[in-house]
Amino acid sequence: MDAGVTLTGLTKSFAGEHGVVEAVRSIDVSIGLGETVALLGPNGAGKSTTIDMLLGLQEPDDGTAHLFGGEPKAAVAAGRVGAMLQTGQLIRDLTVRELISMVASLYPRPLGVDETVEVTGIAEIADRRTQKLSGGETQRARFAVALVSNPDLLVLDEPTVAMDVESRRAFWSTMRDFAARGKTVLFATHYLEEADAYADRAVLMAHGRVVADGPPTEIKAMVGQRRIRATLPDAAPAELEALVGVTRAERRGEAVVLTCSDSDAAIRALLARFPAARDIEIAGAGLEEAFVELTRVEGGP
Amino acid sequence: MNVATYTRYELLRTLRNKRFMILALGFPLVLYFLIAMPNRHVHSLGGTGISAPLYLMVGLVSFGTMNAVLGSGARIAAERATGWNRQLRLTPLSTRTYFRTKVLTGYMLALMTILLLYVAGSLLGVRLSAGEWLRMTALILVGLIPFAALGILFGHLLTPDSIGPALGGTTAALAILGGVWFPVTHGVMHDIAQGLPSYWLVQAAHIGIGGHGWSARGWIVFAIWTVAAVYLARRAYERDTKRA
Repeated sequence: MDAGVTLTGLTKSFAGEHGVVEAVRSIDVSIGLGETVALLGPNGAGKSTTIDMLLGLQEPDDGTAHLFGGEPKAAVAAGRVGAMLQTGQLIRDLTVRELISMVASLYPRPLGVDETVEVTGIAEIADRRTQKLSGGETQRARFAVALVSNPDLLVLDEPTVAMDVESRRAFWSTMRDFAARGKTVLFATHYLEEADAYADRAVLMAHGRVVADGPPTEIKAMVGQRRIRATLPDAAPAELEALVGVTRAERRGEAVVLTCSDSDAAIRALLARFPAARDIEIAGAGLEEAFVELTRVEGGP
Repeated sequence: MNVATYTRYELLRTLRNKRFMILALGFPLVLYFLIAMPNRHVHSLGGTGISAPLYLMVGLVSFGTMNAVLGSGARIAAERATGWNRQLRLTPLSTRTYFRTKVLTGYMLALMTILLLYVAGSLLGVRLSAGEWLRMTALILVGLIPFAALGILFGHLLTPDSIGPALGGTTAALAILGGVWFPVTHGVMHDIAQGLPSYWLVQAAHIGIGGHGWSARGWIVFAIWTVAAVYLARRAYERDTKRA
């Protein structure tokens, strides 16, 4: 498979308030032409820094980012990259349609302005000045600005933030149609459901590392763990970890917290072995917790 | 890539920005009427044979065009603050074209300033021959080049909050030292003034009152300021976009 995006040993640190923050720690990711890949991870996982480096907006401390086998700058200069960054507003004093035309004029093979307005479903805001748009409308206009370039690689950083449910649905449907033209798409999200529904593959990042890379269903199984919490003063964590369905046990004062791959089996085994367990709660681990769990398995932050 | 289309939209959005247009075009015009109206019957200012409306018109032409061209800095600072520059960096727009567009827009505003002030001057009885007007305008447009680069430099160094006072202060200082408001003709002040691009901009405008344009010294000062300002502006742009 030809390479659309190749990240090799990509590393970046910043001077933060409490010392150096290692935002991205030597990640290797390869995305083939025509793939739709989700960059999944909680806030602060290093997704945006990774995207900035692969677009050439930031220089890596170490490692390389290549687009279509060359420097990001070359791909950008050739008009092969379209991007919707996480932050950034639109320039004011133009209508949405005028802004799309203005951006289109910078590219060698843009989509038609009318076509872009139509496929992104923004006809009703196309003649409004950009400074009069709501947050969600601005996001949709920004998507149109990224799409009109008709890029070979479309990069979207948390694209659905500030969109309502209806806009989200319309957005993803447009994105899928675009990907179906054989385009390469990379989008960052912290929603597992978005990765699951719209990506061929998910790259899971936490604490600046890639902790999993595979079909979204696999990632979902990995992070879709449950936790059992029970008051149980006299059980050793090692004994609890030996129970069927339990991957990890932790003591918190009188209580124990069991992270489970199979919570049904684990609860039965727990009660059979420790009938004294009480105040039992079972909850789905949040994505955030699941990410933390996964990074521990991979060697800790 | 279609630079003309891009530039057209850039100009369109500048013209639509009311606050900016009032400051860039309206301010010199209002100032002109405020000072020239009461003095419109002064036909020979200080015995020079030059009428007050004419003298003030050429003075405000240099001030107004300087103001218009430096103003691109304020628009750049605002675009940087919204993150639009990062978006632009992801397009094939080159640094050169980006600069060219900003400079062109500034020049359009400068031309509008010259025209408006000339119309205002003619209302108060000012008459220039076509030849004088063209020579004056042409040399002003050349003399504005270092100011265009300085505007871009400021736009990339400062924030929207600080750029207003910075540009206002710079324009005022360069105008006073360069002899926009009253002639600087001798002494240390004259030596200092001759090293400033605003002095030569004023000399260009003074073609309208029988001046001879630039001496060799004028061209040298102009060249030094241009090379230095363009170099610094380019560096500021590149440093700024790297960090962004």
